[in-house]
Amino acid sequence: MRRSTLIDPAILAGEHFLNGDVACAEGAIAAGCRFFAGYPITPQSEIAERMAYRLPRIGAHFLQMEDELASMAAVLGAVWGGVKAMTATSGPGFSLMMENIGLGIMTETPCVVVNIQRGGPSTGLPTATSQGDMMQARWGTHGNHEIIAYAPSSPQEMFDLTVKAFNTAERYRLPVLIMADEIVGHMMERVLIDPDKIEVFARRKPTVPYEEYVPYKPGKDLVPEMASAGEGYRVHVTGLTHNELGYPDMTVEAQDRLINRLTQKIRKNIDKIVEFEEEGVDEAEVILVTYGINARTSWRAMELAREKGIKVGMLRLITVWPFPSKPIIKLATKVKGFVVPEINLGQMVLEVERVVAGKTVVRLVPHAGGGIHRPEDVLAVIEEVVG
Amino acid sequence: MRKIKTKPTPEIVEDVHHPLERYFRKERLPHIWCPGCGLGTAMSCLAYALEELSLGVDDVSIVSGIGCTGRLAGYMRSDSYHTTHGRAIPFATGLRIAMEMHKPDHKVIVFSGDGDLFAIGGNHFIHAARRNVDLAVICVNNFNYGMTGGQVGPTTPLGAFGTTAPYGSFENPFNLVYLAASSGAPYVARWTTLHTRRLKQAMMEAIMKPGFTFVEIISPCPVNYGRRNKMPTGLVEMRYYQSKSVIRNFADPKDAEIKPEGEIIVGTFIDEDKPDYFDIYRHFVEQMNQEK
Repeated sequence: MRRSTLIDPAILAGEHFLNGDVACAEGAIAAGCRFFAGYPITPQSEIAERMAYRLPRIGAHFLQMEDELASMAAVLGAVWGGVKAMTATSGPGFSLMMENIGLGIMTETPCVVVNIQRGGPSTGLPTATSQGDMMQARWGTHGNHEIIAYAPSSPQEMFDLTVKAFNTAERYRLPVLIMADEIVGHMMERVLIDPDKIEVFARRKPTVPYEEYVPYKPGKDLVPEMASAGEGYRVHVTGLTHNELGYPDMTVEAQDRLINRLTQKIRKNIDKIVEFEEEGVDEAEVILVTYGINARTSWRAMELAREKGIKVGMLRLITVWPFPSKPIIKLATKVKGFVVPEINLGQMVLEVERVVAGKTVVRLVPHAGGGIHRPEDVLAVIEEVVG
Repeated sequence: MRKIKTKPTPEIVEDVHHPLERYFRKERLPHIWCPGCGLGTAMSCLAYALEELSLGVDDVSIVSGIGCTGRLAGYMRSDSYHTTHGRAIPFATGLRIAMEMHKPDHKVIVFSGDGDLFAIGGNHFIHAARRNVDLAVICVNNFNYGMTGGQVGPTTPLGAFGTTAPYGSFENPFNLVYLAASSGAPYVARWTTLHTRRLKQAMMEAIMKPGFTFVEIISPCPVNYGRRNKMPTGLVEMRYYQSKSVIRNFADPKDAEIKPEGEIIVGTFIDEDKPDYFDIYRHFVEQMNQEK
């Protein structure tokens, strides 16, 4: 990873007491975000408010748009204008952003989209938590595609993973999602920001002259270099199926070539993208598969189970998309079962079931949203699995 | 068997260069637009405007939405963005603001159709005009959805026919110049594709004026609109617009509604100086820095 040579004065260095939303905004600024477009929605408003306060002070721009369709479109426009950009929203706004997230995937526009999840469908529970958009993050926009999404479980991770999301977006050229939730967004904790430890991935620009530049000709990693507006590369960018020159090409062959590359650039690099944490999985008979706020409640359930002599381990997903299949495949033949607590009625558990493929038991601990699991509820399912 | 008459294929002459060739992606031509369509004229007016302003290919970006007019972006040699349906203006807003941070003289031109800008994108239009971000928005109004086969839209005159209005359109259309003016645009003009010199002049004024500027181009669509409304060819439709057009500069935009069989008022409606988004941003940021 290329490190920025300058210590950015815009970075809020030091030890702070921040909520997850504010930490996310600070992470974006530290990663070099200089444009934010958004629309007010609970529970993400603190991100927009922080950006509105901070960005004009560092010569950057905050824009409150007329809706989330416009917010996402403005973010893509700003990125093609040569800056790093982000938007943040919650469920209903996330639905509206799907259209231009698709354009971002098709045109390979690096940017970050934050979803502070709340109860749904529709207006649902505006001020209360949920993890109901996990599958929407994967398949919300139409057409075949791959996506990258992170699930932070603390304000510190809201900062760290937002920085990471910007780097991943630039590295693979696509919109990267932060799938947080209301509790993580509003929780206040210690956040440590050390500018020396922040690595920023600079946009990969073409180095060849205009005559030799082929806008969508990928490198070995299947990712093309990106030219911004006004740099003399005269790029044509379209949401239509296009060839390597960027021009519309409505043939079966062009569709096959483009869609396969957009998919393969993520699939082939999956081991570099996927991140997870394991705790006591080697001796465990039951594995808790957790992400986001669930990792915190499940930790207590794990302690309670261990007090009762049950060997429980935890696999915490940091990258939720692409789904970390490998650690689950490795454990599937060794354990009595997987327990998956989710603040939905079963979304990521479907992935666990798919990967486990019947080799062992997979149990969901559902929660319809509005609150978090009681550790006792998770413990009850653990006990069921060990029998 | 009846013999089908076909037109001779035009001869391609090698090594002859059009004076405006540098503005176009020659390898993408010929374009997909139908015979009699006004889009080619509108596109060449834009190229003439850029040339007369001494703006090079790399000094402007072209953003369009979806539809026949949306394809224009793909023919212009500049950095060009063919976005999603209705979202050309918010995309261009982000692009223009980003350019302000490192290349503030860069011009961003939105070139799209009436359905794209005023039906699915209508909300973005009024908010961008209110915000007064530095964009030149050029709308080719052909009174229908051409690309999808002649459906009526937000500009179709009352009673005009379309594939989704087989008994005539039941709805009142937008008066685009009035909408732009009342949303706060500091420059508003309307011309037809027959007024090529005035149209080019209007484009030049719109591009150079800071803030949100708007040019409406009345353009024939004989294949999908004219044919269903007693104007079966481009020539007939153009003659109709010629006979109905009345030049009235600085007329009240309110009076410029296009009614069936009524006159079409063309000209510059609004041309005023007011601070654009960047002027206001700079003012408040300076104030904030002094207070600090």
